[in-house]
Amino acid sequence: MTDMRTAFIDTTTALLDEDPRTALVLADISASQFAPVGHRHPDRVLNVGIREQLMIGVAGGLALTGLRPIAHSYATFLVDRAYEQIKLDLDHQGVGAVLVSIGASYDGSAEGRTHQSPGDVALFDSLGDGWTVRVPGHPDEVAPLLRTAATTDDPIYLRLSEQSNAEAYPDAARLRVLRRGGTDAPLVVAVGPMLDPTVAATEGMDVTVAYTHTPRPFDTRGLRALVDTDVVLVEPYLAGTSSALVSRALADVPHRLLALGVGQTDLRRYGNPADHARWHGLDADGLRRSISAFLGSVGG
Amino acid sequence: MTTALTTDSSARLPGLIRRLTGDEKHAPSAHSTIDVLQVLYDRVLRVTPDTVDDPERDRFLLSKGHGPAAYYAVLAAHGFIPDTWLDDLAGPASRLGHHPDRLLVPGVEIGSGSLGHGFGLAVGTALGLRAQGLTKPRVYLLLGDAELDEGSNHEAIAYAGATGLDSLTAVVVDNASASHGWAGGIASRFTVNGWTADTVDGRDHEALYAALTGHRPRQPHLVVARIGSN
Repeated sequence: MTDMRTAFIDTTTALLDEDPRTALVLADISASQFAPVGHRHPDRVLNVGIREQLMIGVAGGLALTGLRPIAHSYATFLVDRAYEQIKLDLDHQGVGAVLVSIGASYDGSAEGRTHQSPGDVALFDSLGDGWTVRVPGHPDEVAPLLRTAATTDDPIYLRLSEQSNAEAYPDAARLRVLRRGGTDAPLVVAVGPMLDPTVAATEGMDVTVAYTHTPRPFDTRGLRALVDTDVVLVEPYLAGTSSALVSRALADVPHRLLALGVGQTDLRRYGNPADHARWHGLDADGLRRSISAFLGSVGG
Repeated sequence: MTTALTTDSSARLPGLIRRLTGDEKHAPSAHSTIDVLQVLYDRVLRVTPDTVDDPERDRFLLSKGHGPAAYYAVLAAHGFIPDTWLDDLAGPASRLGHHPDRLLVPGVEIGSGSLGHGFGLAVGTALGLRAQGLTKPRVYLLLGDAELDEGSNHEAIAYAGATGLDSLTAVVVDNASASHGWAGGIASRFTVNGWTADTVDGRDHEALYAALTGHRPRQPHLVVARIGSN
């Protein structure tokens, strides 16, 4: 199976060939994979070297001239490092770009903290409500999301990961119910690659499981339609990133919220992504423990 | 096609700047960027109030967004904004702040204020124009010597030089305000990266004009405009 990064490279290559408005800005990451299309379109495939501030500044300048820039690197370099460029060179100028990251929260488990970005989605929340954030859960979700993004001028963040689900749901921009619980059943929302561990964790529980690859804008209408009292969020980035949104959406409804995700502490441990999932309580066993305790804690 | 707008705004500028600052004591020369801006808008830039959205226009990007009084005055002198806007600088209903916002001020290409952001935007603008076959417009970027402290500039200087981005002219207004100076000179940071450079008296309009139009093929161009203390 093609991974998300390859899907991104293949789709972006096709977009560069098809649409003269598309431009790609790189900071060395994935440069060799884009070399062939770079030979065909040297003016629209731009590798600025290991210069992430410049990468976003250039994306902003390209957008000011009417092109549709795609910028790409590891999430920690693309978003964390270049945060003020995203804020000022894109947002403040009133232009958009498609930012496509790899690495996610702990794909780079063996690389350590320097290659991990559990806080990227929270950083976009600090920029206001303009950003669309896509967190695909399967490589086959990448191409349609990227193609849709390329046709607009909107600010869009596409967060790719090596973690993925067995099945693709390309049409899950809104909450898509994958398992329907009984009346009044608690709602469990899984974002992106957290779907499979969430489904495994809730096996045998009377819960509704809904999936989305688009946490921003969050499908608050779908949330209100599906929720009874209990909501569990399972997100592959910082725990609680969507808590404020859910609280706002349910402000006039009595509810309880459990927000699961990556912990804030730098674990200072290597290992593989499965180890990190376990340490953050995001493997099926950990999720099951947390969800059971939450649902059992009030009369459940 | 737009043509160079050769005018002389010098008669109007003192009055316009006074409307902004309310300062009767200081001559326009108290503003370090005034001469560069005047020469650019009077004699160099191919942009008018009617062509602010024309893809073929020259771009002027004020990276150093601080102290924009001279910039606003020049924009008013050339009719980009009404003179009356100058009377309420940074007021609650004003479109003119202490740092310019491109979405509020016609003719302003970028919003700036946080130092070190204009250079990347200028490089991207030059690249975007080139990718669309727009070879006529030039991109002019104005920075301060202290602004060069920001590392983001050096990412852009190295890349623009290495790739021979010859539609770009950077102007550094040098009033020796960088805390640690630039040992060996400002121009050397650029020329070592493949730029051409002219260092001129930042008050001498003929010298500025020659430098601002002195770019050569296949290399980005730097103008260092030296300003002595008043």
